[in-house]
Amino acid sequence: MALDAKIPAGPIAHKWDNHKFDVKLVNPANKRRFKVIVVGTGLAGASAAASLAELGYQVEVHTFHDSPRRAHSIAAQGGINAAKNYRNDDDSVHRLFYDTVKGGDYRAREANVYRLAQVSVDIIDQCVAQGVPFAREYGGLLDNRSFGGAQVSRTFYARGQTGQQLLLGAYQALANQIQLGNVKLHNRSEMLDLVVKDGVAVGIVARNLMTGAITSHSAHAVVLATGGYGNVFYLSTNAKASNVTAAWRAHKRGAYMANPCFTQIHPTCIPASDEFQSKLTLMSESLRNDGRIWVPKEFGDERPPGQIPEEDRDYYLERRYPAFGNLVPRDVASRASKREVDAGRGVGPLKNGVYLDFADAIDRLGRHVIEERYGNLFQMYERITGEDPYVVPMRIYPAVHYTMGGLWVDYNLMSNVPGLYVLGEANFSDHGANRLGASALMQGLADGYFVLPATIGDYLAPQLGSQPVTTDDPVFAETQRSVEDTISRFLSIRGTRSVDWFHRELGKIVWDNCGMARSTESLEKAIAEIPALREEFWNDVRILGEGDTLNQSLEKAGRVADFLEFGELMCRDALHREESCGGHFRVEHQTEDGEALRNDDDFAYVAAWEYTGDHASPALHKEQLEFENVHLAQRSYK
Amino acid sequence: MKVTLTVWRQPGPTATGKFETYEVDEVSEDMSFLELFDVLNDRLVGKGEEPVAFDHDCREGICGSCSMMINGRPHGPELGTATCQLHMRKFQDGAKITVEPWRAAAFPIVRDLVVDRSAFDRIVESGGYITAPTGSAPDGNLILIPKAVADSAMDAAQCIGCGACVAACPNGAANLFTAAKIMHLNLLPQGQPERWERVTNMVQTMERYFGSCTNHGECQTACPKEISIDFIALMNRDYIKAQFKQRRLASQRG
Ligand SMILES: Cc1cc2nc3c(=O)[nH]c(=O)nc-3n(C[C@H](O)[C@H](O)[C@H](O)COP(=O)(O)OP(=O)(O)OC[C@H]3O[C@@H](n4cnc5c(N)ncnc54)[C@H](O)[C@@H]3O)c2cc1C
Ligand code: SF4
Ligand code: FES
Repeated sequence: MALDAKIPAGPIAHKWDNHKFDVKLVNPANKRRFKVIVVGTGLAGASAAASLAELGYQVEVHTFHDSPRRAHSIAAQGGINAAKNYRNDDDSVHRLFYDTVKGGDYRAREANVYRLAQVSVDIIDQCVAQGVPFAREYGGLLDNRSFGGAQVSRTFYARGQTGQQLLLGAYQALANQIQLGNVKLHNRSEMLDLVVKDGVAVGIVARNLMTGAITSHSAHAVVLATGGYGNVFYLSTNAKASNVTAAWRAHKRGAYMANPCFTQIHPTCIPASDEFQSKLTLMSESLRNDGRIWVPKEFGDERPPGQIPEEDRDYYLERRYPAFGNLVPRDVASRASKREVDAGRGVGPLKNGVYLDFADAIDRLGRHVIEERYGNLFQMYERITGEDPYVVPMRIYPAVHYTMGGLWVDYNLMSNVPGLYVLGEANFSDHGANRLGASALMQGLADGYFVLPATIGDYLAPQLGSQPVTTDDPVFAETQRSVEDTISRFLSIRGTRSVDWFHRELGKIVWDNCGMARSTESLEKAIAEIPALREEFWNDVRILGEGDTLNQSLEKAGRVADFLEFGELMCRDALHREESCGGHFRVEHQTEDGEALRNDDDFAYVAAWEYTGDHASPALHKEQLEFENVHLAQRSYK
Repeated sequence: MKVTLTVWRQPGPTATGKFETYEVDEVSEDMSFLELFDVLNDRLVGKGEEPVAFDHDCREGICGSCSMMINGRPHGPELGTATCQLHMRKFQDGAKITVEPWRAAAFPIVRDLVVDRSAFDRIVESGGYITAPTGSAPDGNLILIPKAVADSAMDAAQCIGCGACVAACPNGAANLFTAAKIMHLNLLPQGQPERWERVTNMVQTMERYFGSCTNHGECQTACPKEISIDFIALMNRDYIKAQFKQRRLASQRG
């Protein structure tokens, strides 16, 4: 099937307005005749569900969390970008667009990114009106901070809890619509399959996590806003329950998975402390403004950091990138740390970190300034490690943080399966091969508040008068049966190893072979090991208890089973992409000084994979990327 | 280190529960309290016993999922800390630790340490929002908000909805949670048009599900976000004023 991204014609600055004029509309009185299912209540899902309900659609929402407010978006710390130009520093829609395309290493679709930059300004207005307590100046105006990859100050924030406050805003708007009866909420309800009839998405099958009941739900359209798949690596900064299941099941029902190998590794996280480590904690990127990153020059230097004199330290980022120093973009900083640790210069008990040192900043600015800037982060660090970062340098190491890949969508955010829309981190759309800080929150809310409500009518309008396929249709019974069969199969294995054991093993395979550096050899190794592990899982996993109660092992089993399939596709995608770009670093493709080397002639496309029934041979579809407004160039931060 | 855990086990909402005791050795002091439970669960599964069900997700103290009553204190001994941020180095080697779910009439037990906190969502649905349909907002900088006001609203808005305040309260009252949500919005200029209706509806919904506040102040100590009980005083003030305002409006209409 040819991939049609449905990018509107005309100059880039007018595409979105023209498109909104051209799409078919559903008149206000008719909107209530349409039912839409939204899966996920993170920023993308909650904002979409609330906005669709405000327009008059009947909305049904599912989340596996006990409350919509607990979605993973709640954990975002730093902020949200918008091209407001409140600082008078020459920001503009065009500059935000340009920064995002460049930051993404020229692997994003221009038209989508431009629209994102355009609606970014409306997002801030919307959130302020809802009562999001953004940081303010003394005069009462909105405050901004700067973030990596940009030369302007365009990030809005609410202390260190921006994601929490934005999500509460969307959750409250959703609560309002629930109260009004426009939204029906199913909490602790996990979507386990997509129902597709004659190639069209017509509903979902979900499991009530408290009672185990499996039910079918039909609608005119299904919206997935189910987040990213970073937990395929087991250890990541994502919340523990974040997973790929909804997207993967949709993929197996026909939706294409795009650029799964584009994953982001964040340079400043707290290194793992022992084998029991269950997740990694992010330390905000803003720390790199004042902290200096270094390792001892000598291998195996066992002296405490304070006793290592200046001349025996290597401030490797400042040495290798004099222009940007400690503020190089995420992918560059992460690879540089890895290089040092791999070379044996890592620090800490497990030799798995590098120092992030504030001693100079404390000398220069005084402890109180550092405390004011980073007090809460220092406290969080101390809680986790038991070390006082005012006295001993922090130890940090890169960790998986975000996934740019996801289900393929067109300009309307519809997947290749008609009636299936994908929003937020779950889609592949706007960040190319690397996401800039503070842009995920922006994208989630852009998709949910402004894009989907404007585009979904185009699909629904022609269906006026038609009822959704009812859940009595045999296709629902069939899908439900396959879900039930999988659950019975899990419960009947009664093997010897826990689900977590398999998850950790998978995590090791993909981290070692498809993490910060990838090669033909490492990827082929992973592609050989994952199917073997998958087979072992299906023969030897031990899931106790029954299916008709709250059973957290069973929930995890479904998610890990999907990661075991998805992980292989991620490695295959990484293997086929014979270039380095953004977060995807193939050791075979680097410049003389070890920087990522793109291949625009052969790989300036989106790789959209189709499930063929055989994990070893997915079918590749290409969406060629056209760059008409941004000039392709090699990134340099020297 | 080694610890002895006494944990509440209850197979289902209507089943009877009981305490079980588990010895856990080879505990690292760098482990978080939830990682201790991961290890316990892995070992239970190894022995063919069902793992302990408990709620958790972000493991960074922000989602409000984790909810363990540790030695009689919601979220355990460390102030301003959610269960997931508590580390084993805060315990002595050989410690005996009792772990229970939140106990409150409004939070029925689902299984083991998992409770149903949906009543919180019902309170928010009854008025914990500002009606601002998408697309209708003026420019963000048209609404000036003094920094001090934005900061106080943020102090209240930090609530993670964990329910520790309810679990700590001898009456099972939800006043700290409700006050935090109401005052976040009632302090802001955008929240003024719905201010009196909001406080009336939310307080009444709260009373439908939860016990009444008799000013013990246990909630503030238990709160992982250290939300101040001053917000309860502000809520009460608004609630009383609202009765008066509503009446006056009614008489004007009549
Ligand atoms: C620690 C951390 C800090 C971050 N900081 C920033 C930042 O400062 N700025 C920024 O821009 N970005 C940041 N990000 C990234 C950003 O937070 C996420 O990309 C974004 O919040 C994702 O939102 P979402 O709505 O797409 O998905 P999520 O918030 O992940 O929501 C997913 C939803 O889907 C539901 N769900 C999933 N699967 C199913 C299923 N099968 N059935 C039912 N429900 C399901 C879940 O219950 C949940 O409600 C950060 C990320 C992390 C990990
Ligand atoms: S007020 Fe504090 S204790 Fe109560 S729900 Fe909010 S964060 Fe938890
Ligand atoms: S697990 Fe999220 S607050 Fe503890």
